[in-house]
Amino acid sequence: MLLIHCPYCEEDRSELEFRWAGEAHIARPENIAAISDEEFAEFFFLRNNEKGLTYERWRHIHGCGRFFNAARDTVSDRFLMTYKAGLPKQPIPVASKAAAIAEEKTVETWEATEGDAR
Amino acid sequence: MSSSSNSGEFRIKGAGRHTPARTARFTFDGKSYTALEGDTVASALLAHGVHLLGRSFKYHRPRGILTSGPEEPNALLDVSRDAARRQPNVRATVQEVFDGAKIASQNRWPSLKYDIGAFNDMLSPFFAAGFYYKTFMWPREAWHKLYEPIIRRAAGLGEAPKEADPDHYASRYVHCDVLIAGAGVAGLTAALSAAATGKKVILVDEQPEVGGALHFDSSTVIDGQNGFDWAQAMAAKLKAMPNVTVLTRTTVFGYYNHGFLALVERVTDHVALPGRDLPRERLWQVRAKKVVLATGSIERHMVFANNDRPGIMLASAARSFLNHHGVAVGRNVGVYTAHDSAYEAAFDLKRAGVSIAAIVDSRSHPGDGVLAEARALGIDVLTGHAVTDTSGRLRINSITVTRNGGANARKIKVDALLISAGWTPSVHLFSQSRGKLRFDEANQRFLPDIYAQNCISVGACNGTDDLADLIDEAIAAGGGAAVVSGENRFEWTGGMIGAAEGAGPEDAVKAFVDFQHDVTAKDIRLAVREGMHSIEHIKRFTTNGMASDQGKLSNMHGLAIASEMLDRPIPQVGLTTFRAPYTPVTYGTLIAHSRGDLFDPARKTPMHAPEAAEGAEFEDVGNWKRAWYFPKRGEDMHAAVNRECRTVREVGGVFDASTLGKIEVVGPDAAKFLNLLYTNTWDTLKPGKSRYGIMTREDGFIYDDGVVGRLAEDRFHVTTTTGGAPRVLQHMEDYLQTEFPHLNVWLTSTTEQWAVIAVQGPKAREIIAPFIDGLDISNEAFPHMSVAECTIMGVPGRLFRMSFTGELGFEVNVPADFGAAVWKAIWERAQSMGACLYGTETMHVLRAEKGYIIVGQDTDGTVTPDDSGYGWAVSKKKTDFVGIRGLKRPDLVREGRKQLVGLFTKDPKDVLEEGAQIVADPNQPKPMTMLGHVTSSYWSETLGRSIAIALVAGGRAKMGSTLYVPMADRTISVEVTDMVFFDKEGGRING
Repeated sequence: MLLIHCPYCEEDRSELEFRWAGEAHIARPENIAAISDEEFAEFFFLRNNEKGLTYERWRHIHGCGRFFNAARDTVSDRFLMTYKAGLPKQPIPVASKAAAIAEEKTVETWEATEGDAR
Repeated sequence: MSSSSNSGEFRIKGAGRHTPARTARFTFDGKSYTALEGDTVASALLAHGVHLLGRSFKYHRPRGILTSGPEEPNALLDVSRDAARRQPNVRATVQEVFDGAKIASQNRWPSLKYDIGAFNDMLSPFFAAGFYYKTFMWPREAWHKLYEPIIRRAAGLGEAPKEADPDHYASRYVHCDVLIAGAGVAGLTAALSAAATGKKVILVDEQPEVGGALHFDSSTVIDGQNGFDWAQAMAAKLKAMPNVTVLTRTTVFGYYNHGFLALVERVTDHVALPGRDLPRERLWQVRAKKVVLATGSIERHMVFANNDRPGIMLASAARSFLNHHGVAVGRNVGVYTAHDSAYEAAFDLKRAGVSIAAIVDSRSHPGDGVLAEARALGIDVLTGHAVTDTSGRLRINSITVTRNGGANARKIKVDALLISAGWTPSVHLFSQSRGKLRFDEANQRFLPDIYAQNCISVGACNGTDDLADLIDEAIAAGGGAAVVSGENRFEWTGGMIGAAEGAGPEDAVKAFVDFQHDVTAKDIRLAVREGMHSIEHIKRFTTNGMASDQGKLSNMHGLAIASEMLDRPIPQVGLTTFRAPYTPVTYGTLIAHSRGDLFDPARKTPMHAPEAAEGAEFEDVGNWKRAWYFPKRGEDMHAAVNRECRTVREVGGVFDASTLGKIEVVGPDAAKFLNLLYTNTWDTLKPGKSRYGIMTREDGFIYDDGVVGRLAEDRFHVTTTTGGAPRVLQHMEDYLQTEFPHLNVWLTSTTEQWAVIAVQGPKAREIIAPFIDGLDISNEAFPHMSVAECTIMGVPGRLFRMSFTGELGFEVNVPADFGAAVWKAIWERAQSMGACLYGTETMHVLRAEKGYIIVGQDTDGTVTPDDSGYGWAVSKKKTDFVGIRGLKRPDLVREGRKQLVGLFTKDPKDVLEEGAQIVADPNQPKPMTMLGHVTSSYWSETLGRSIAIALVAGGRAKMGSTLYVPMADRTISVEVTDMVFFDKEGGRING
């Protein structure tokens, strides 16, 4: 079970108190009524689903109720940072990024551990 | 065999740590035995010379006790206190004897000694690995009729109890600075070191006492005293410290993300008469800042022909039985080993007066220390030899020994054989924490390499065998200081993984790798020959390591045999991933109190009890219990619903609408906010009025609907569907917090704060009038879709004039605490006037007669407001709302989309099935072109015929045309009609 730092409560709380809320930093276009079908598809349907460093939203639903942003490494499940909604995408400190990348190199993938090593 | 009051003829006087005077009686397969307190079932039975404990899973071979710990694959028994408190598959080596325990063997019929299933052993050539996959492939139909029932009956060990579990289980959450798993020398030393820093420390061990390997390792001296005594003294010292918790009989079974660990504490399984207030087991969920793994290592068996007979056991197990329990596992014992540690078992037994037939060592050069000691004790050592076979039907009686290579075969009589192929570090928890292992080529073992969490392995699980090194490592891991000194008597060397001599390759030889699943060396070779090249495939094909012991003994042997067959080094063949739980955990522990009524709590409205008293039948809507219908004596549901429908239309009815979601939207920008969240316009709505609203997602599909009342310029009372309340609030909060944070609005869930009593029908006004104070509810002053705050029976409330039936209607909102009282008063008056109570079924019929949709029943997440005939609810003037762009997508505006329409069956008595498919041409060959499906269908008592709502492609252009509903036995003709079946002009709601 993950331990998540709520940037509003300023506490580490159990994953049980939170709900995941999808990829972060996808702003609803201000002129949404005027955008093209392609732009709408890009905004609403398409997600990066990146392996490794991901920016995502969480809601402290059984706590303060606030939505916030998080940078998480999907390989190690390590949270590199959480920050308040509305702030721009935060750069990740070089040290934690390096740690995340080092970890990724030893990642347990299906190919590496469960697949046929041939 | 003795079953007298003595604790067994194999007890060695002066050996062991139990008190001879403290006995406990138990039965095994109906026969009574005496044990000593502290005995495991295994040690107690061995004390009486009982080695045969069960039959194996597949071949029903006689099996005994292989180990003395939680890794036991063989000795699985059924342990009970009474009929309900019975547990199958209990490891005899873990379960402590308690007075009155009833213990039975498993997987045998008619008896343990004569078991019909043993026939499988003779048929074993047919039961090779993959047998089931190959044999039961066809005919396909035979699977669920024939093969599966037979296999299911034969499969599985033990029998689950049929009674409900009367025990209760507890759960506890705790945070700590350091959690230490394992209280052997390494764990205790690390705990002493960590505790000295003042940090909050939890030390956990699965055994009743701390000590780990010191239970059997009698030669280790620490701080000048016997190792086991030192361990108890240290545990007492730690327990006395306020910052330390010592948990024994507790297993760390899972190591999850971010320092989260799950522990199970066995509280009463060893107690004869457990206190009623005590839980049987307790689940500990621990968040640890740091974890020290001191989980030790597990001895491996040797893989050779017929290595599974009762009387064959691990050398360390025999030492535990002797040194801890005071029990000799035989009178004339042989040893077969590839590792020095087994010699010490022979030394201990020899000194206790047991004769050692021989030590057979597969190595040519054992350690000098143990060789010299063996010589001094006069024990025969055969180096460079192998045990190539054993004999004895229900217990081993001899071994066949040859020189390596097969020469000079001879038989040696024994009544027990101790085996050891070396030690496998217990890296299970490290691996569960997502740590990466490396292969230690020199010692043929996997060791912790890269850590994924704040965790450190110390001692044997880290490959540190030397005691002095181990102590240094543990002190460092504890992060503090401690003074502990100790030394090994012997330096252990050796070990092997894979098949020993005499494990084949002939197909007739059964050299067991996995005892619990009856997997032999031959099976693994066969899997490789048949094309399984990854260890994951080999594991699944042979089921090696897939039994409840999860391959604690077998994984490394299986891997080595596969590696040899594949001619690839072990790291390239791979290791299967260790997963939680480390040992089996009961369901009771995992669910604790979440069972029965607490499994999934029911939500009841404030009027639930008086409704039940009126004879309501309830239906589940999400977690809500909703009054479904109110049958009078002799009425079935159909009759009750028809009567309720008739009465509401002719007189009036009272309905509990409390489950509707309610959200209070307040603030200067409340109207602006609702404008963005709903397709309708809200700033034009005057205070005191309400409006039906539709909410779409960005993609333009209907998300929810409900009536929204404006109480003041800055205050709205929003209602949602019963099931939609939480997600609608989440949806609103999401937009308010992240997309429209400039709007000054507060959102509050009030679903459970308001009790809602709907009063509908021609007499509705007359029914409620006497209860309303300070409000003129005449048709002129309070027309349809009005809302007001007022006093209701002296209670501040909110009154809506609204209707989900098509009749004159009101919804009375009062604070939940007053709901039952107000409901009773309204119902008393309504009843005297000839009105009825009605439930959700009648509500559904009445709303369908009016063509009012139910989101989630008539819509399914692919339906737009226009598709459902509610295009009018979408503002054409607004420049923005959630869904404005999605609704313009080409597919959402194209011709021929599915639209909601009414259906009349040609035979008015036919009621369609909801979900039935609709086609244009009933004679079209399959697959037919399906135009849509029936979403709602009822008998309408008001109309005297059936009615239905359906989603039909291009439905509104098909008015009056005939379509078909093909059913299994016939085809029903239907006519497409308007969705409003009753009172099309809508005059009644304005009554």
